[in-house]
Amino acid sequence: MKSLVTPPVLSPLASLDVVRLREDFPILKQKVHGKPLVYLDNAATSQKPQAVIDSEVKLYSEYFSNVHRGVHLLSQQSTDAYEKARDKVQHFLNAKSSEEIIFTRGTTEGINLVAQTFGRQHVQVGDEILISAMEHHSNIVPWQMLCAEKGAILKVIPINDEGEILIDEYEKLLSERTRLVGIVHLSNALGTINPIEQMIEMAHQRGIPVLVDGAQAVPHIQTDVRSLDCDFYVFSGHKLFGPTGIGVLYGKKEFLETMPPYQGGGDMILSVSFEKTEYNVLPFRFEAGTPNIAGAIALGAAIDYVQEIGLDQIAAYEDKLLTHATEAISEIPGIRLIGTARNKASVLSFLIEGVHPHDIGTILDREGIAIRAGHHCAQPVMERFGVPATARASFAFYNTLEEVDALVSSIRKVQEIFS
Amino acid sequence: MSELRDLYQEVILDHYKRPRNFGPLEEADHKAEGHNPLCGDRVTIYLVMDGNVIRNISFQGGGCAISTASASLMTETLKGKNLAEVETLFEEFHDMLTGDPSQPAAPAQGKLAVFSGVREFPARVKCATLSWHTLQAALKEQKEPISTE
Repeated sequence: MKSLVTPPVLSPLASLDVVRLREDFPILKQKVHGKPLVYLDNAATSQKPQAVIDSEVKLYSEYFSNVHRGVHLLSQQSTDAYEKARDKVQHFLNAKSSEEIIFTRGTTEGINLVAQTFGRQHVQVGDEILISAMEHHSNIVPWQMLCAEKGAILKVIPINDEGEILIDEYEKLLSERTRLVGIVHLSNALGTINPIEQMIEMAHQRGIPVLVDGAQAVPHIQTDVRSLDCDFYVFSGHKLFGPTGIGVLYGKKEFLETMPPYQGGGDMILSVSFEKTEYNVLPFRFEAGTPNIAGAIALGAAIDYVQEIGLDQIAAYEDKLLTHATEAISEIPGIRLIGTARNKASVLSFLIEGVHPHDIGTILDREGIAIRAGHHCAQPVMERFGVPATARASFAFYNTLEEVDALVSSIRKVQEIFS
Repeated sequence: MSELRDLYQEVILDHYKRPRNFGPLEEADHKAEGHNPLCGDRVTIYLVMDGNVIRNISFQGGGCAISTASASLMTETLKGKNLAEVETLFEEFHDMLTGDPSQPAAPAQGKLAVFSGVREFPARVKCATLSWHTLQAALKEQKEPISTE
């Protein structure tokens, strides 16, 4: 029987029950300096839901052993859980196969892996690596090291005053010598979402592969590596509500298969003699030694958790948070926003006239509000905007409009102290 | 809020907004640069020595309220002091900043006492000591920039 009463149509925002979701995060009940914790440092790292914490407790209390080794039951169970986590990552990124998912220590290791394998294999004297002016140090230094070793040149795509890539300049910088483009998906310092689909297409027209740094993007926007057609995609578990020390490198199989190993050791081999070693198949070839078993399994739990909420729902809600925060902060006299791109997510970098970001951070901390004050591991971005540092509030789906309002009133308190 | 008021005392805010002895000294015979990578603060200390007495001192650089005021008040305090006095003042200053917050603050001489609130904020001790460490480097004529790390 069909009901005559039409159920109310829920907007994505209305269907995100933040009050209930906050209950999943034990740390959010903490008090800081006697005030309720307002955690707005999610771009540095995110907090963990009980499901993630429980997954590690369950592993270590019930079925922990080493993976890919024993014939005994626990080893089989641990291996199954570890490989199931890889499958979860595969589906999360919509990769074609789980062989294309390499577990790393984090985004930084993923980029270093590509620089030291693919990079050393393909980059010669006079070749070019192209990155943008808004990269995190982790997507600058590994390429500088490679360029220094090979006598190659690091080229930088400029950005405008809003913190957006200058696409025309990008096009001009794509040259016959460009061996790889490394670009951040969502800038941790500015909040800019880059037009990576278009940038990947432009690079591919010239046969240049693209690595995307997704550390800041994956907790906020749905990522589909096949529709993006990126060649490498890297991210960290800890910014996705998972543990530290675990991350992911996605690479197209055609690249991974021809890349030399990164580190040598156990698990990455098929057979070893003193004369000759035969390397293992993908993805194990790039995972030397006992991996971060608990980290991978807990990352799988974090992915389950996020997918249950839905990244589209998260993105819609966070967009409302960011819009509200941007409008409220812009109304305060003496505020300068750093990063005003049209397409932005989750990050609000700002300056208060006459107050150093470090002092803002200290005063907000005493109000229970955790923000980041500093260069956000992106010193070239700071230089681009002519500032030594910014204060940065960064949001996750568990933040509320009330927390944004607490931030705004505390900023006014900072101004009062410095008036 | 009261701890914040203790940290950001009027004297500190005044020296932050209107730093004294600010700018390079052309006749400086000692100079050093200091850097706090945590917050990006940079300070340069300029000295004119007369034997073991600081005849003139200035600083240049941008930073937070604590580091700027500390540099400014340091230059005011140290003009005319000899090296032994400088060392004692720094020791007392350092003890005041790093002492147990539950115990009464070790006394620091004169205006430097306005920094007693810093010990409630351990993350900010480096801001207050950057200029002093840089001063030591200048006295030693250290060529490499010093760092708080």
